[in-house]
Amino acid sequence: MAEALAKISQVQDWGMIQIRADLTRAGDAIAGAAGVALPGQGRITTDGSRSLGWMSPDELLLVLPRAETAEALAALQDALSTEHALALDVSDMRAVFRIQGAKALDVLMKLCPADLAAMPEDGLRRTRAAQVACGIWREPGGYVLIGFRSVTDYLRGILTGAAAPGTQLSPR
Amino acid sequence: MLTLTCPYCGIAAEETELQPGGEAHLKRFGPGSTDEEFEAYLFARKNPKGVHFERWRHAYGCGKWFMAARDTATLQVFGTYSAQTPHPTPEIVAAIRAHRPDWQPDWTEAPADTPAESLNA
Amino acid sequence: MTETGPFRLPRGGRLIDRAYQLPFRFDGRQMRGVAGDTLASALLANGQLMMGRSFKYHRPRGPIASGAEEPNALLGLGQGGRFEPNQRATTTPLVGGMATTSQNCWPSLNADIGAINNWMYRFFPAGFYYKTFMHPRPFWKHVFEPIIRRSAGLGKAPTEADPDKYEQAYAHVDVVVVGGGIAGLTAARDAGRDGKSVWLVEQTPHLGGRTPTDHADGQARVDALLAELRGMANVTLRRSTQATGLYDHGYLLVRESLADHDPNAGIPRQRLWRIRAGHVIVATGALERPLSFAGNDVPGVILASAVRDYIDLYGVAPGRRIVVVTNNDDAYRTALAALDAGLEVPVVIDARSTAEGALPAAVRARGVRVLTGSAVAGIKGGHGVEAVKICAHSGSGQVTETVDADCVAMSGGWSPVVHLWSHCGGKLNWSDAQSMFAPDPNRPPTGADGKAMASCVGAAAGDLLAAELTGAQAEAATMPVWVMPAHATRKMKFKMWLDFQNDVKVSDVELAAQEGYHSVEHTKRYTTLGMATDQGKVSNINGLAVLSNALNQSIPATGTTTFRPPYTPLTLGTIAGEARGEIFQPLRKTPMHGWHESHGAFFEPVGHWRRPYCYPKGGESHGDAVAREIRAVRASVGTLDASTLGKIIVKGPDAGKFLDMMYTGMMSTLPVGKCRYGLICNENGFLSDDGVAARLSEDTWLVHTTTGGADRMHGHFEDWLQCEWWDWKVYTANVTEQWAQVAVVGPKARVLLERLGGKIDLSPEALPFMGWIEGEIAGIPARVYRISFSGELSFEVAVPANRGLELWEKLHEAGRDLNVTPYGTEAMHVMRAEKGFIMIGDETDGTVIPQDLGMSWAISKKKADYIGKRAQERSFMTDPGRWKLVGLESLDGRVLPDGVYAVDQGVNANGQRKTQGRVTSTYMSPTLNKPIAMGLVRHGPDRMGEVLEFPVAGQESYKARIVDPVFYDKEGSRANG
Ligand SMILES: [Zn+2]
Repeated sequence: MAEALAKISQVQDWGMIQIRADLTRAGDAIAGAAGVALPGQGRITTDGSRSLGWMSPDELLLVLPRAETAEALAALQDALSTEHALALDVSDMRAVFRIQGAKALDVLMKLCPADLAAMPEDGLRRTRAAQVACGIWREPGGYVLIGFRSVTDYLRGILTGAAAPGTQLSPR
Repeated sequence: MLTLTCPYCGIAAEETELQPGGEAHLKRFGPGSTDEEFEAYLFARKNPKGVHFERWRHAYGCGKWFMAARDTATLQVFGTYSAQTPHPTPEIVAAIRAHRPDWQPDWTEAPADTPAESLNA
Repeated sequence: MTETGPFRLPRGGRLIDRAYQLPFRFDGRQMRGVAGDTLASALLANGQLMMGRSFKYHRPRGPIASGAEEPNALLGLGQGGRFEPNQRATTTPLVGGMATTSQNCWPSLNADIGAINNWMYRFFPAGFYYKTFMHPRPFWKHVFEPIIRRSAGLGKAPTEADPDKYEQAYAHVDVVVVGGGIAGLTAARDAGRDGKSVWLVEQTPHLGGRTPTDHADGQARVDALLAELRGMANVTLRRSTQATGLYDHGYLLVRESLADHDPNAGIPRQRLWRIRAGHVIVATGALERPLSFAGNDVPGVILASAVRDYIDLYGVAPGRRIVVVTNNDDAYRTALAALDAGLEVPVVIDARSTAEGALPAAVRARGVRVLTGSAVAGIKGGHGVEAVKICAHSGSGQVTETVDADCVAMSGGWSPVVHLWSHCGGKLNWSDAQSMFAPDPNRPPTGADGKAMASCVGAAAGDLLAAELTGAQAEAATMPVWVMPAHATRKMKFKMWLDFQNDVKVSDVELAAQEGYHSVEHTKRYTTLGMATDQGKVSNINGLAVLSNALNQSIPATGTTTFRPPYTPLTLGTIAGEARGEIFQPLRKTPMHGWHESHGAFFEPVGHWRRPYCYPKGGESHGDAVAREIRAVRASVGTLDASTLGKIIVKGPDAGKFLDMMYTGMMSTLPVGKCRYGLICNENGFLSDDGVAARLSEDTWLVHTTTGGADRMHGHFEDWLQCEWWDWKVYTANVTEQWAQVAVVGPKARVLLERLGGKIDLSPEALPFMGWIEGEIAGIPARVYRISFSGELSFEVAVPANRGLELWEKLHEAGRDLNVTPYGTEAMHVMRAEKGFIMIGDETDGTVIPQDLGMSWAISKKKADYIGKRAQERSFMTDPGRWKLVGLESLDGRVLPDGVYAVDQGVNANGQRKTQGRVTSTYMSPTLNKPIAMGLVRHGPDRMGEVLEFPVAGQESYKARIVDPVFYDKEGSRANG
């Protein structure tokens, strides 16, 4: 049997903070507190172990080592104390998967209607994977996919199925 | 199956990533309105064959509602624009006119200084 | 002859490899084909001309085509879960070991009892079912319907689950070329040279289309194109890939066969591509039309192009003595191919008065007789062609000559394959010169930008010869021949098939016209013309030409029926894709799901969530388990996994003002540290959701919704914030899954929680009823809400989801001596009903307002506005006659059935008993040891003590007394422990 199209693995040790604010007003304060540059529309910026993703015109997602979450949340809340803003620890409500391998894009093309091949190198795309919402960005060697915690088993099932050996999308 | 570009994130989303929300630019009538006004607000819809303004939510995406100007018969999309506008924008009107010279807006522009709240309260 | 059948030619066969022989079975008989065969070519090689029977008359049928348009040669393929009916033998690649069966026949293909319908054809005209079975009415139910049901349906449905896998994939492509013939290859090359991303999809496993068969240097032309295309990195060629439909905004569905030819490959059998195409180039070629002459459905009467395909592509002779009948030059190619293969062509029958082109000349030069101005008067033979009766085309069928033959190659001209063009609105023009509908390039299907999203090339565009690409010489015009001979008798028309699969004949369409079916869409449905699994690919044009003649109008005046996808049938498997078995649907699981499973929970679906309904022990029934759980909670303490409850953060300077608009009650006045129950209505006034809101800080609320309401309510909030009050400063966040929530319920709830220890004060002073507090329980950060849905002392403990299981397990460890009992949703439902609490979805159904439920207390009188307020002021909302919530007490101890109606005096306009109420919730109460129920009853609250009657079919009527809906602990003292 051939190899799977990509290695699917679950990430357990990431923390996440959801930030909602007027990004033109509070962008610099957020970037300062998060320690990552403010991403442009549809992008994700990375600095060391932290990434800051653009989720909507007034929403960002800070991804960081879980152990740093509480401190980062406090820093953000402090930085935004004079703004109308919202910063929440959402680490526990996510499921995170890595899709690693040369054919990782094939796996996602079977599940997502988005044109991921055309996504910029530093793009973040929110879309759906089969029947559930997800967010996708690139990392070296493949992709990161985040979804909701309650459907972790479902996400693992569809990703593993789509990566089944011998099912590459190139014409045979 | 439609593709609409979300004006908030610039993504060309397909219909399965979107949630439809019916006719756009309805004026809400609350307590104090007449039965006729309330009925029209809640139930009367234009349902035209041709140019139509609709609400769509980028549900599997940024989560924002936006407006689309579309021909319901040919499915041509004249443009998408912010939901935070009481009427289609001049750019949208121009885009429609470019393809449908005979089409006429059926609203009158509010004075520029009218606060949005009073238009929609 | 070789082992692979008596009709395999000694040489030739462009697509086959004679070195690889493949054994297969047909109706239990062993046969052999070769690699590259289709099932149809292999059967023909074995002399098996008859491949099935027709649907209505069970006429013996052989293939008439060699491709996707085939209406006759439909077989059942495979066995067990892989059995699949109605597979076209002409497009099914032969697989070694294949087991195939014929359809629509019993007991066997050769001796079929249903063929009696055939002898009675005069009694089964168009619309027969409509006309005959209407009267007398009882006959329909007891006589006709059972008989029709037994004999109707094409093929048999498989009875086992399909063991194959299927998948879907999305693609975004600049240009998709559909069709790998010479026009498609050329279009793909041109688009490829422009640097666009290009896909070319071809339904068969072979590129090149008809060109190699029909044109002298065709293969060389194709090879040159392929060489260039294969060198282009931006061009993808997919064979065995069928475009089935073109939809809005360039959405193209394409089915790729991956393992149809090899079921044991261990990969998905088929893949459904969902393509967004910038532009679609339709290069789907054309299909040859049959001629309508008497006996045109006898096995061995085959389309001329298919006859030469079988000879040239597969090295198979469909017959040894082939008569060609035509109205055009192209069919002469078949005569030449047959002669080249060493077969006999006794005569070419040409309806045209002259045939002087290069092709007829070449045929004459080979010594073949060409009879112009001639027609087929009839076919001798039943299970196969024995002889052809010839007549003048201009006459009424007087036979001038009979010629022995075992095959008739017929050609009624060609129709461009315009399906994809037409699926999304592309329009057609009728060409008198070529007797065909062809795409009108000025009226294309349009896309999002209002411009053409498809274009046609080659034969699909009406350029049947594509001379520029193929090098073909000019050919004489096709003569329109819709009935042969021109003045055929009525009796002959009874034997002229239009739709072979559904047995629709010229006589049926003429009858429909005579009976007033003037619209082609009506005629289609009345006669079933074109409604079979082939969707009339070969029959539609002939049918509407016959209809036009009968109506004495032009063909374009009649118009075509609507072309609808799919072009060829899709398997249900590809439509389902990955969605089967464990991943049929996303099942949402709470952090404690695994514990519930390992403790024997019986789950119920709530939206996509799976929630424990109860936890049966040993051989306990569900009812007994629910009763035990309730008694344990009321006596000591129980735990409910409430993690599924929606949790939405609402924050901002305008959050209070906003929540006052969302809820019927007042949320802005809620003090920090407190909880308040609230109702949410839609703008139509009807109850939509309910739950408890907690004020976390001056500008932050946490709003609980029902399990099913979380996403809906979050969307509802965002809708109003984004589209109506966009200048209000409010942010919302749906944090439902961030928290695991456990309801610890019962008189010993506080005792149990305090045992876990932690930095939190759960005393009534620190945490009164409808308060919340934050702290740490058993070392886990927690927020505790003192709210109760059961009437008992109750704490809802929210902890980060990752620690939910830990909390749950600690509760069960620490509470063993308290008999701490996990309880499910049913126990929760019963306990809330015992307390008279409403449940969204039980007491409400989208037509109920809070006032109906006696919940005016939850509606603020002070507020000028809230969503639903204006609607609730409408006259029928304030009508005192609306049905209102009451308790119902069964008189005889039987539990009232759910949803039953209370009857009133008199009957309505339909003669039915009037009603005055219905049951909304009904349970056996283990606490009270008697049935309890709630319902909505007209003037209910004013009728305490009255007895209502609830008739139930087949049972003695239920009787119930109207009572207060609060059955248990009316004073509400238990919530204080
Ligand atoms: Zn968006």
